[in-house]
Formats: sequence, structure tokens, C-alpha cells
Amino acid sequence: MNFKLKDLGPQLITVIAVVLIFGFFTYNAQINMENRGIDFGYGFLSQESSFDVQFSLIEYDGSHSYFRAYLVGLLNTILVSVIGIIIATIIGVIVGVARLSPNYLINRFAAYYVEFFRNIPLLLQIFFWYFAALRALPLPQDAEAIFGVFFLTIKGLYVPAFLWENFNIFLYSIIAAIIAIIVIKIQAKKLQETQGKQIPVFLISIGLIFILPLLSFLIGGVNLSFEIPKLKQLAATSFVYDGGLSLPPELIALTLSLSLYTATFIAECVRAGIQGVSKGQKEAAASIGLTPNQVLKLVIMPQALRIIIPPTTNQYLNLTKNSSLAAAIAYPDLVLVFAGTALMQTGKAIEIVSITMFTYLSLSISISILMNWYNKKIAIQEK
Amino acid sequence: MNNINFLKPDKSNLNTFLYTGSFLFFISVLDVFLNSFFKFNFVGFLPNFLSFFMPLILGFIGLHFIRIEYSGIKQLDLINKHINTNNFNAILSLLIIFIIIKSIPPILSWFFIDASFAGDSKDVCTGSGACWTYIKVWMRRFMYGMYPNAEQWRINLSFIALALLGSVGYFATNRFKKYLTLYYVVIYPLIAFLFIFFFISGGPVFFDFSYGIIAAILSIIVGFFIPSKFKFYYFLIVPFALYILLKYFLFFEEYIELGKLEGLNWVETGAWGGLSLTFIISFFCLIFCFPIGMAFALGRRSSFPLIRYISIGFIEFWRGVPLITVLFMSAVMFPMFLPADFFIDKLVRCIIAISLFEAAYVAEVIRGGLQALPRGQYEAAKSLGMGYWKMHIFVILPQALKLVIPGIANTFLALVKDTPLIFVVGLLEIVGMLNLAKTNPEWLGFAMEGYVFAAIIFWIICYAMSKYSYNLEQKYKTDR
Repeated sequence: MNFKLKDLGPQLITVIAVVLIFGFFTYNAQINMENRGIDFGYGFLSQESSFDVQFSLIEYDGSHSYFRAYLVGLLNTILVSVIGIIIATIIGVIVGVARLSPNYLINRFAAYYVEFFRNIPLLLQIFFWYFAALRALPLPQDAEAIFGVFFLTIKGLYVPAFLWENFNIFLYSIIAAIIAIIVIKIQAKKLQETQGKQIPVFLISIGLIFILPLLSFLIGGVNLSFEIPKLKQLAATSFVYDGGLSLPPELIALTLSLSLYTATFIAECVRAGIQGVSKGQKEAAASIGLTPNQVLKLVIMPQALRIIIPPTTNQYLNLTKNSSLAAAIAYPDLVLVFAGTALMQTGKAIEIVSITMFTYLSLSISISILMNWYNKKIAIQEK
Repeated sequence: MNNINFLKPDKSNLNTFLYTGSFLFFISVLDVFLNSFFKFNFVGFLPNFLSFFMPLILGFIGLHFIRIEYSGIKQLDLINKHINTNNFNAILSLLIIFIIIKSIPPILSWFFIDASFAGDSKDVCTGSGACWTYIKVWMRRFMYGMYPNAEQWRINLSFIALALLGSVGYFATNRFKKYLTLYYVVIYPLIAFLFIFFFISGGPVFFDFSYGIIAAILSIIVGFFIPSKFKFYYFLIVPFALYILLKYFLFFEEYIELGKLEGLNWVETGAWGGLSLTFIISFFCLIFCFPIGMAFALGRRSSFPLIRYISIGFIEFWRGVPLITVLFMSAVMFPMFLPADFFIDKLVRCIIAISLFEAAYVAEVIRGGLQALPRGQYEAAKSLGMGYWKMHIFVILPQALKLVIPGIANTFLALVKDTPLIFVVGLLEIVGMLNLAKTNPEWLGFAMEGYVFAAIIFWIICYAMSKYSYNLEQKYKTDR
């Protein structure tokens, strides 16, 4: 590293320009806020919010603080993102594999799906599902049960609620199963490396993850019952379902459109990843006598995943950020609850918008750090 | 006659298998077809459950029978190879065929047969199909927003003129080909801007904006003749100096008033809307985000640590936040950061916000291209005695941009698809207008038609763009 004085010039000027711009903005902001009589500060977060939110994962009403409202919005955003990511991954992988299918019809079908959904703006898709498609659903009193327990109505999807007894014991059993599986996996690897013996890890794992929770039911006193939603008459023509879990139509429309839209991009990532593994790898693996399943599991997938994961991470990030479009259909996510209602009530534009942006920024950065770590773990270790 | 094994069709009983198989397959397709087009179910005598799955079972058996390896019949082998490789594939193929047959009649009847096209009021829409009358009546609003009807020829004329000017490249003779880049990068945006400024808006809406544009373009043109050693300082100082010069010393407001075209009414940007606004916003954001993105891509690869960190900060910040919050910021937070008497138009704020946002994505794409170039290119350029700017403009960027055409096209596609988000600041392009029309008490209940209409328009635009980028990619593909 050789330090040169002439390098200092451009850098200094850039920094001064940036500082000047920011200084200009802060100076103006101060004057503006003085003129309007607004004081800067985050103290409002502990004040009583006095507005209601329709759908919330934690207990919340108007008497709680603005910070609580922020948490409600954040949790709703995370809920949509997580559900969306799971569904989008499932659809995306299926469509991505289907695009490589030798079957002409499946191949074309998948290709048309991708071409169709990725060329239409996401906001338009959300509006379509929410204002057009889901509005065509029956009223609660006319809804027919799906499998006898689900009710899909214009007011949302009603599903049976789980009523647990001794839920913590069930949870412990699952954790125990997972730990046992990890231990067995490590042992199996050691066994194979030292003695060349193979044990059916997959079957054992499946067995464990079913048997341990089952034991908790039989011995641990865990009990699970369902509360099936029932139709209740509020007024002469107004019906609702009582009991069970209700998913609001906003949530359904949002997850549906987010996952259908993002799945197209994930499908392309998956396709590129599988195509990226050179044909020779497959043939080499087959020629040393691996079965087709082993070829897929031990040779193709590890290499394909390496190509698939970085762009897919990007898509997950995009999905999380796109979930902010929820504000357009009044799903109470972070943007609507906090940057919408709370901002309107307090008028603290700078504080609230900065908190919102910072939240998204940290969400994105944490996902990308997590994925980078995973990516590094599976990257080729060159010797 | 050889003995027949129905589980394993082979070539020795080719005809038996072929005829029974095709017959069963034909029956299954026919059943679905009749069911779907004529509501007639000829296996209706069977129990409900069985009659539902009957076509699938028949078709499956049929396809199983005709799956004969090396049959010697070309068409049969093709079918087997493409849709009938094994049992699983056969079932999937059947399902897709059935879905297609099943979905044709409802789609056709909704779109065309039961749809109403005539008339200009809601009363004609009584059928079960789509009400295209609604689209017809609202067409002007969907295309031009709240722009006054009598003035809409201005938008049309501008777009036609710009399209014609944009197609100049196809007709340029070899003599002028080398100036095309200059034309498209500098002159064409200037003309477009003047059109929109004087013609569509009809007046001094974009005050400061116009000074900024003129300053930037003038300084870029002069910048070509500045020695590369001073280019950095030049671009740091001159555009701002020019801007201040133009704003405070050269153009007074009276001159701008004089520059107004005679007889054109001023239409405020709040009245703009519909598809034309989508085009205007996409066009300007596209023009601005590209140079900004390029600058930050170069900044991120700069050898000066401070510039590099500032660029990384900029890129990661914009990439980490959703566009909707950026637009929120431009709407509620940005005015607080400006002097009290300083007003920037809503549309301009939007364009700035979207441009900065997309610039970060463009920057990352271009950085990918820069990184993909072999070191030899840099070293070769340096060994010829080229400076930083010369090296990048003549050697590195042309190659890097060629590499990233698909990525850039994807970013631009995302930009076009993001334009509906401007509803956040109250500007209504086509999707926003649809939502407005949907709530009109005279036209309630036609949300579906509107969204389908907009979806078709967006799909055509985006698909055309992606195909065009594919063609560009093929055109500029050079094997190295």
C-alpha cells in the first residue's frame, strides 16, 4: 500500500461534497421543524397510540404504545414474508425442475407460467387477487366446507385452531429429536470415514422425528384437539365464523401474489443452477456406479445448490421488501401501521420514516448475512 | 400371434397396442372435451367418483399401451419421447391436456362470447362475460389520466414525435453511425425533455429541474474535450457551477415565460396520469438511473477507499429498503430537508426517488460486468498509456456493458413494473386510474375487467422489452 498525496484530492472533495449535502439537509430540517413547531425525538414511541389494528399476532389495542404498534406491524411483515418465502420456494423449485423436464407439455406449461407471472407488475397482481378474485368468493353463510373443516369466504379463510395441552413437552420432544438426528448424522459420517460402514440415516431421522413426538402424546400427557369454526349469526343478514383461526383476505391475497410472483424468479434460479452443473459430472458419477438417486443427492444437488443459493437469497430479500406493498390493500404491515397510521397521528415524518427504513435495512442485511454464511459453508473448498 | 402381455407393450403386437391405446386415449380426451364444451358426460352412469376419474384412467391405460420403444413409426416415437416417457410423465401430460381443454370454454365465453362490447353505459353489461364497454368508456382516463380531453393531442403528438426520433438509429447512414451514441445519450434525452417540458406540461413546471438537465448535458458535452487528468474535478465542479449560473444569472423567470409556447395551457403534473404517465416516468428514470448507476459502479471499484465506502454505503442503502418507503420518504420527509421557499414538483420528486433507487441496482449489475472482465484488459489499456477515464470509456465500459445487457434489461423491466407504486404519493398511472374507476358509483363491480386489461398491456410491454434485450444480447455477442 503506497500512500500518495495526489490520491487525497478526489477523495477529500467527494467527502466534503457528501458532508455538505447532508449538512444542507440537516440545516434545512432544523429550520423547518422550528418553523412548524415540531421537536425531534423518539420519545413518542412510548406514548399511547390510540388506534386499532385489525390483524395482529400479539395482543394489541389503542391503549398500547406506538412501539407496540411498531412491533405489530413488524411481526405482520415477517409473517407474510415467511409464509411467502416457503410457498414461493416450493412452487419455484417445482416449476424450475419442470422447465427442465423432457416432457414437452410440462416444459411449456412451466415456461408459460414463468413468462406470464413475471411480466405483470406485482402491485397489479395483488390488486387482482384482492379486489377481483377474492371478492368473488361466497359470503360466510353460503360457504361450503372444504374437507369439512376449512371455510373459504369473502371475509377470509377459516381454519381449525389447535388446542394444545402441555405444548412445551411436545416442543421439547421435537427439539430432542432434532438433536438426536444431528448426533446420529455426525456419528454416521465418522463411521463411514473410519470403517466405511453406511447406516440408513434418512430412515432413522424420519423415524425419530415421528416417534419422539408420538411418545410425548402417549406418555408425556400432550393432547391436541381442534376447534372447528362455526357459523354464528350476528344480525339478520350478517354472519361470521366463530372459533378457529381466521386468516384475513388481505393476508391471503398478499401471500398468494407474492409467492406466485417470486416463484417465477426462483424457478429461473433453480433452472440455471441445475443446468450449470456440467454434464460430465453426471456421467462421471454414473460411471463409478452410483445409483441415479445417489447421483442426484451426492453429485448434482451439492453443485447446483452452490449456483442456486446466492440469486435465490436475493429473491427472498426482494419478497421481504415487496411485502411492503401490503399497504396498498390495507394489510396492517410495518408500512401501513407505522409509516401510515402512526405517522399520520404523530406527524413525526423523519423519525418514523427513518425507523421504517432502518428496520427493512436490518432485515435485509440480516438475511443476507445468514445466507452469506451458508453460502460460504457450502462453497468449494479448494485445496 | 405372439402372446400379449398388457403390462409390457412391445413391438411384436404393435397394431393391437397402437389401436387400443389410441382409441382409449381418444375416448378420454373426447369425454373431457364433450364435458367441457357441451356439458355432456357420457360416463355419467358410473358412480360419481369413478366418472370423475374415468378419463384419467382411460387415458393413462391408453398412453401406457402406445408406449412402445422403437416402434418404427416416426410420429409415435416423437409422442413417446416428448409427452409419454414414463407413467408419471403420462399422468402429468394428461392432466395438462385436460386442464387446457377444461379452461378454454369459460375463458372464451368470458372474454368474447358472453362479453359486451357495444354501448356506452353500464346497462349493456348484463351478460355473464366481461364488460369491455367499461374499458371503452374509461379508455381516455386509463391512457391520459386527468389530462384535459381537449389537450390530449399534445401527449399523442409528443409520443409520436419521440418514437420517430428514437427510430433514427435504424435509418442512419454509415457516415452518421458513429454519432449515434452521442445522439442517444445526450441529444435525444434533451429533445424528449423539451417536448415534455414545453409541450405536455405547457409551462414552467420543472423549473429547477430544467436548469439541472441543461447544466448536466452541457457539461457532459464539454467534458469529452477535457483531459482525463482533470475530468474528476471537472465533473465535480462544472455542473453545479453551470446550474447556479443558469438559475441565478442567465435565465430569469421572464425568459422562461417567454419560452412558453403560444396558446398552450399549462397542465399541472397532478393531472397527468394513465399509461402515458407510466411511459414518462419509466423513460426519465431509465435515462437518469443509468449514468448514476454507472458512476456508483465505478466508485465501488475505485482504488480510493473513501470513495469506495461512500459508494458501497449508497448502493447497500438503496438496495436494502423497499421502493414504497423510498417514495414515502420523497413524499413526507424530503420536503423537510429543503429550504422553506424551495418547492419541487411531486412528479419530479418521484422521478428522483425511483432513479436513485434503481441506480443502486444498475450499479450492482454493471459492477458484475466490470468484475467479469479479465485483468488483462485493464493492464493492456494502461500499458497503452490510457488514463482512468480514457481506459474506462474506450476499453472497459463498452465490454462490460455488453456483458451485462440481460441484467440491465431486467433492472429496466423491474423499473417499469415498479411505476404503479407512485400511488403512494398520489400520482395515478394506469393501475391507480383503475382503482379510481373501480370506486366510481356508476361503474361498480368491474374490477376484474380493468385488471385484466392492465395486465395485458403490462405483459405486452414487458415481454417486448425482454425479447428486445434478448435480441440486443445476440447482436452484441462477441466470443472472446
